Amino acid sequence: MFKKVVIANRGEIAVRIVRACRELGVQAVAVYSDVDRASLHVRLADEAYPIGPAPSRESYLVIEKIIDVARSAGCDAIHPGYGFLAENPALARACVDAGITFIGPSASAMEQLGSKTAARHIARDVGAPTVPGTLDPIENADEAAKIAREIDFPVILKAVAGGGGKGMRSVASESALASAWRDAASEAQNAFGDARLYMEKYLERPRHIEIQVLADHHGHLVYLGERECSVQRRHQKVIEEAPSPFMTPELRKAMGEAAMKLARAGNYTNAGTVEFLVDAQRNFYFLEMNTRLQVEHPVTEMVTSLDLVKLQMRIAAGEPLPFQQEEIELRGHAIECRMYAEDPDNNFFPSPGKILDCRVPAGPGIRLDEGIYAGWTVPNEYDPMLGKLIAWGGDRREAMARMRRALEEYYASGIKTNVSLFRRILASADFEKGAIYTRWLDDFLGAEAGTESRDGGEQEAQAEHAAAIAAFLWHTSQSDGANASTTTATAESQWKSESRREQVNREPQQ
Amino acid sequence: MKLQIDIGGKKRQVELTQAGGRPVWTIDGRRLEADASEMSPGVYSILINAKAFEVRMERFASELRAMTGGREFRIVIRDEREWRRKRGSTVEAEGRQQVLAPMPGKIVRVLVKTGDAVRAGQGLVVVEAMKMQNEIRTPKSGTIDRVAVVEGQTVTAGEVVAIVS
Repeated sequence: MFKKVVIANRGEIAVRIVRACRELGVQAVAVYSDVDRASLHVRLADEAYPIGPAPSRESYLVIEKIIDVARSAGCDAIHPGYGFLAENPALARACVDAGITFIGPSASAMEQLGSKTAARHIARDVGAPTVPGTLDPIENADEAAKIAREIDFPVILKAVAGGGGKGMRSVASESALASAWRDAASEAQNAFGDARLYMEKYLERPRHIEIQVLADHHGHLVYLGERECSVQRRHQKVIEEAPSPFMTPELRKAMGEAAMKLARAGNYTNAGTVEFLVDAQRNFYFLEMNTRLQVEHPVTEMVTSLDLVKLQMRIAAGEPLPFQQEEIELRGHAIECRMYAEDPDNNFFPSPGKILDCRVPAGPGIRLDEGIYAGWTVPNEYDPMLGKLIAWGGDRREAMARMRRALEEYYASGIKTNVSLFRRILASADFEKGAIYTRWLDDFLGAEAGTESRDGGEQEAQAEHAAAIAAFLWHTSQSDGANASTTTATAESQWKSESRREQVNREPQQ
Repeated sequence: MKLQIDIGGKKRQVELTQAGGRPVWTIDGRRLEADASEMSPGVYSILINAKAFEVRMERFASELRAMTGGREFRIVIRDEREWRRKRGSTVEAEGRQQVLAPMPGKIVRVLVKTGDAVRAGQGLVVVEAMKMQNEIRTPKSGTIDRVAVVEGQTVTAGEVVAIVS
């Protein structure tokens, strides 16, 4: 096992990796930019080194700085976390050159499997299904009809130069193709100045389901089940769960084996995730592979009782996988919510700032992987993710009940968080049934807008009274000369607020 | 002591007095059986007819909110006793409300001018930060007393962008 590992990352994942190092008896070395000096990962690490100004391209993304820290601290390995340099083959190569172990796949495996087009070729070579269609532009409507007949309707025409949904038309049958072709081409011409189109099979309400794979340096590969990641806002994952409520044992086996074939063909090692789209008929199609540990790895950990970060380190240190495929058992159900410093009532505008107080939900089945603490200021130079709240239960019903309960307990004051978004999702009938697909949340939020009506009733009226009373007390405590922005109460201020409380309860104020 | 508290758009008279050494709460003239105390800064436990409510008071830029059981209420407190010149004051006296930038950013558009009538929740300026654009809104209805920023200006968190009276 390594003696010392540099964590080339920040925030909650850096904290996660520090914890794994602790458990393995490995020294954890943190790096921090100028605005991260007070971050939790720095506080928890064994050593910490500054790496420059706040912008990532001047700090966390600078390979030379990371390697320098590793050298001067005498580290034998680097863990890249996710994001930043985690899928950058240049870091993997720089580690090889410096004689330091990169905890992840090799640079060439990253290049082969991490590239969308290269990976699709490998997928086709090993017989893993990909979304049928062409990547090359189609000459004309006649050729389009020919291709559509091959891949079967419904199909979708997409602009070669495109994005943002422009120049796209779904086509249900051949009779609609000619006009769809005309419309999509002219829209593409107007939006991008390029009328060229290509075609894919149209998957109606696809689900995003991904397979976690692990591969050691001794030729052993396993898959650790799947994660359902269909609750997304603008293509960003927001809730993940394991296992998928849509999965069957046969589908899991088929997808798992396809994922492993792909990983093996690319000579993959360490942890990785193969992403698929699954249609309503349970046909699955390879999308892409992520050649790193993922944000949502905790839900897999909860249902397999495995520690993926420690396994990553063991694999990188040359140990063989300590289990076979047959020994992997999925138990119970886990749901993860990504907590962000965002205002859900204001278009999810990021709301970094100083966290005045926060509460960690606890109790049975609750796990919180966070990089925050009361008194810390969320920097605005990075992704405003605060951490992940994970709930595990014996079945999906219990996991949802625990998540709802934990969401009630969760707060971080001084900033806005997206916790109310999750309360709404967990209260929805669709989510309850597991009837979700990749556009579901966007549709749900679109439909919700304008249905803000509160149900009246006694409970509501009393809640309002309670709020009024609290506001009253808060106001009197503010105007009694107390420091308005208290952080954690000191003994002295507690005495003061106690005596103020007594006063409020004792004397009428003029 | 009496305060006028705007809660969720409704104006309520909230009064706290004493009877027999115990606090008496009256809201809009109706007496409540309420037991209230502060648990930790800004967090209150309130029992109304034995029903338990935990309320968290939070100030975010120029807005005051009360959060309880998944509900959020916008609060504005009118205190006739005094007008505090504190930045970020949520108290209205003589009706002037400072609207603050909640985070650092660049003003990319100014949507109102002095004298404009505005509704609560209306956008006053558009600020760009973290590669996203968003509107800073007025928490109260009224008239623009003054716009304190111009297009292209960078602002810091807590900086006044406008005053609404």
